Amino acid sequence: MAASQDSNADHVSQAQLLSEAAEAAPTRQASLWGDAWRRLLRNKLAVIGMVIASMLILIAVFADVIAPYGYAETVAVDLRLTKPSWNFPMGIDQNGRDVFSRVVYGARVSLLVGVAAQLIVLAIGVPVGAMAGYFGGTLDTALMRLVDVVYAIPQLLLVLLIVNMRGPGMSTIFLAIGLTGWVTMARLVRGQMLSIREQEYVKASRVSGAGPGYIIMRHMLPNSMTPIIVALTFGIPTAIFIEASLSFIGVGIRPPQPSWGQMVGTGQQYIRAVQHLMLFPSIAIALTMLAFTFLGDGLRDALDVRLND
Amino acid sequence: MIRYIGIRILWFIPTVLSIAAVVFIIMQATPGSPFTSGGANMRPEDVARMEEQYGLDRPMIVQFGSYVWNAARGDFGESYARRPQKVGNIVARTFPVSFHLGVMGLTFAAIGGLTLGILAAVNQNGITDYFSVTLAILFFSVPNFVLGILLLLLFVFWIPGWTGISFFNLGGWDSPKDWVLPTIALGAGPLAIIARYTRSSMIDVIRSDYVRTARAKGLAEQKVILKHVLKNALIPVITLLGPLLAALATGSFFVEQIFAVPGMGKFFVTSMQAKDQPMILGVVLIYGVFLAIMNLFVDVLYGIIDPRIRLSGGRGD
Repeated sequence: MAASQDSNADHVSQAQLLSEAAEAAPTRQASLWGDAWRRLLRNKLAVIGMVIASMLILIAVFADVIAPYGYAETVAVDLRLTKPSWNFPMGIDQNGRDVFSRVVYGARVSLLVGVAAQLIVLAIGVPVGAMAGYFGGTLDTALMRLVDVVYAIPQLLLVLLIVNMRGPGMSTIFLAIGLTGWVTMARLVRGQMLSIREQEYVKASRVSGAGPGYIIMRHMLPNSMTPIIVALTFGIPTAIFIEASLSFIGVGIRPPQPSWGQMVGTGQQYIRAVQHLMLFPSIAIALTMLAFTFLGDGLRDALDVRLND
Repeated sequence: MIRYIGIRILWFIPTVLSIAAVVFIIMQATPGSPFTSGGANMRPEDVARMEEQYGLDRPMIVQFGSYVWNAARGDFGESYARRPQKVGNIVARTFPVSFHLGVMGLTFAAIGGLTLGILAAVNQNGITDYFSVTLAILFFSVPNFVLGILLLLLFVFWIPGWTGISFFNLGGWDSPKDWVLPTIALGAGPLAIIARYTRSSMIDVIRSDYVRTARAKGLAEQKVILKHVLKNALIPVITLLGPLLAALATGSFFVEQIFAVPGMGKFFVTSMQAKDQPMILGVVLIYGVFLAIMNLFVDVLYGIIDPRIRLSGGRGD
């Protein structure tokens, strides 16, 4: 918005930028990521977050190898609701299943929801934001009014309505989080586009005859990458949180597939008898959320992004 | 000033109507009318008669119009699951409980968050700062229902188990001591947001020129913080109220469920499980409109406190 309109300066720097862009762009980009990586490693909390997040990904990928039993496998009916022991480190649940195995498989659900929902957010939010920001005018007004409407209702309420419409299940959750979460991304990308649109290298590209598609893909999106990455990192714990909440009240992941939220919710029915059913999945949710928040905070500082939320 | 408030109020009407429209469209797209779902074995002509009686055969736009008109008068229809109770009556009974919990949560969040944020900013990079930042990030990232469950396990099961002294009940809403744990669980997230925001806002102001001037002219540090920094640093914190209220409203679903609080959130959850459409529609609409009113209130308040906002025109983005 606050771009200088000094046309004399423009002529000089356009020429400069054209030549610089041809040669200097690749090395500058590499050093940006290199610097960011070094700054990230210096941040203790971010490193802790990264370690926990990597462990979670490994657990999710190798769940079949790590879990001693299947998630729906009845291990010992006579041991129902027994407390943690050497053989069953997290105890046995109300159906005689191994809680540890179910927590391990739960990681798969949480991460899958986190990533898949973010892909939908990306697929809707980036094009909408880019078009609104680049073209401006009526299109911008129309798209942003739509964003305002979705924004006016808390995301969780909308998600609950969509889940109510389609019935519980994994694909519903992806869809519901994606369809309600894209507005934040669209706003972010639009803001980026508005500021980058006035930059000299974009003007230079336009003057030399590049079309909108080329300019957006080649110049504007690559230069908006850092805030998008940070927003995606923060979006993952949000999606995991929403899935856990839905499953907790029994409208999320359908049993017998385990999800941490759902395990906490069913565990609550047995809380007077045993408490371990709720404890371990609760810790898993808390750790995951913490890890991704640490990582997001670290990335934001390392990439020096200001998210205007 | 009047112009600013006027623009704000005019914006409120389309906002509320679009909330109602989004909710209505989603509910229309929800398959199954109350007379066909749930294994009710009715003859098609009976279904048609019932739909006519409830006005479900009229054009969509007419249905929307009459829904909005009735809702504006507080009539949200009959609950499917708790017939013949009216949605409006159930809400009238349960909303005050949720409101009460929400106000306590907000108070807890405001007092705790401001204290932590101010202490952190004043002792920047000291032990207090480290402590508050850590606590804030913990509260910020742990979901309210997880925190609620950990509180429940700790204070209702483990501490009584170790010490033999039990103070808190497993749930309920009968005595003031039942209010404590839900309030903490609900308010912790907002508390963290307020603390983080207050801290960074304070630090921005502390680094500003007029604070340097105030110090340079020899004012005591305490006076600088109280008279110059606090006043200006707290203004932006008010903008947080909108998102915070949304967090408190949606948080109440889960917190009320955990602590068996007889509020609107708990009713909403049981309605979701029972597919009680009028109840769901009514509660979402009431929460949406309530938040829109609160946002309007916050905008006006902000305009009164900070003249820069109302001079820069209507929309603050």
